Amino acid sequence: MTEARSDYRPTASWEHLRRRAELLRTVRGFFDQRGFLEVETPLLSADTVVDRHLDPLPVAMSDTGSWWLQTSPEFAMKRLLAAGATAIYQITRAFRGAEQGPRHNPEFTLVEWYRVGDDMWQGMQLLDELTQVTLGRGAAERLSYAAAFQRAVGLDPLLSPVAELAAAARQHGLDPSGAWDPEDRDLWLDGLLVTCVEPLLGRDRPTLLYDYPASQAALAVVRDEPVPVAERFELYVDGIELANGYHELTDAAVLRARTRAANQARRADGKCALPEASRLLDAMDHGLPPATGVALGFDRLVMVAVGARVLSEVWAFPIDRA
Amino acid sequence: MGTYKTSDFRKGLKVQIDGEPYLMIEMNFVKPGKGNALYKCRMRNLLRNTVLDRTYKGGDTLESADVEETEVEYLYRQADKFVFMDTSTYEQYELTTEQVGDYWKYLKENLKCSMMLFNGIPITMTPPNHVEMKVEWCEPGAKGDTATNVSKPVRVETGAEFPVPIFINIGDVIKIDTRTGNYVERVRA
Repeated sequence: MTEARSDYRPTASWEHLRRRAELLRTVRGFFDQRGFLEVETPLLSADTVVDRHLDPLPVAMSDTGSWWLQTSPEFAMKRLLAAGATAIYQITRAFRGAEQGPRHNPEFTLVEWYRVGDDMWQGMQLLDELTQVTLGRGAAERLSYAAAFQRAVGLDPLLSPVAELAAAARQHGLDPSGAWDPEDRDLWLDGLLVTCVEPLLGRDRPTLLYDYPASQAALAVVRDEPVPVAERFELYVDGIELANGYHELTDAAVLRARTRAANQARRADGKCALPEASRLLDAMDHGLPPATGVALGFDRLVMVAVGARVLSEVWAFPIDRA
Repeated sequence: MGTYKTSDFRKGLKVQIDGEPYLMIEMNFVKPGKGNALYKCRMRNLLRNTVLDRTYKGGDTLESADVEETEVEYLYRQADKFVFMDTSTYEQYELTTEQVGDYWKYLKENLKCSMMLFNGIPITMTPPNHVEMKVEWCEPGAKGDTATNVSKPVRVETGAEFPVPIFINIGDVIKIDTRTGNYVERVRA
């Protein structure tokens, strides 16, 4: 007799799966009412986002070059903006290798949208409205990245010397073996963010964290100020990061430079370099209109809505039974 | 001695930090926005029972701890030492009163327990979830005089006292839950 296996069953309850379906309809209704066009773009692409900390999954196809599963629909949706779209959204799957944990699954669902003409504040306002419609937790507070750090650890994330950030981080149990790069400012900031700052965010009402360090701009515009900051924002509810938004970078030369730098960092980390040319760069050379875009982790939105602690409570078949 | 990579980190892992054994009781993979992959771990010190929070990044490692559990039998107490015997090797192990903690209450002769060894040295023992003990003394005359007096203290063969229902008498054998110290039932009158 073979041993009875029960891992054919979903990890999520029917109650949660029904709630998930309702939220999908709510999100579609929200964007449809506001005149957004629902679009679909390829999951499988020759182009991929080049980011130091994102690992796209390669797909082997017979001698036709290299192919990747998307880490987000960002490149394709911006090509649509360059081709004349003004307000678009999609609900799609994204894939990120080596991301697995209570709130991570290598395959997950993203809601992503762009609206031409929005600045960062208008982008945050739209995300705030969607959060109110889906979660009903009231209006979100706006809190700058610097103010959040000041409140949580009493340090200025933009100006404090990296040695001070490292000292504070070590006090909170980071870098236990003393092997972290003392000069890697973003690593110390990330460490303090996840241990000291994030747990305080979105507790009484949702938090919109904005104005990130310029070194963490990714695909956002950097605002030229005495201390430049990236026009990037994230939504937190119950200490959980739900969405990431950019006032989008439109300058192809800047993106080429950031892509090159990201690949250098990847090689230094012992990771593979990723293709630097892309049709997004071609589109940006042609002209990308100013816009703000947001990617929302839909699975985590459902988690927060139903009060689940782990992603597998709202997703039928996580990777270990996919 | 092996090492664990962050990709091996999981709940239940036994690791060694500054020469002391720890049990990983929580492990959270976290990754801010577009940032570094980090592993937030909560670990319990197996010697002191204290909790330690540590955050690692991909590429960090932890040393494995040589921790094993073996079945032992309680033999006797000698001053501030409790003496146990490994039921398969007949080797004897000693624990201090501090290491035994509140579990002394359940240590009757020949009780089978689980002993944790770190580098071959005993560090903690755990009694079975339920232990049956004989009542040697109970408060005289406390036979449910009032409606509020629903329990009374009794002393069992180990010398420990437990609150039990008022119908328990000297000579009864009672079952206690060692995880809570609560009375479960009367086994024999």
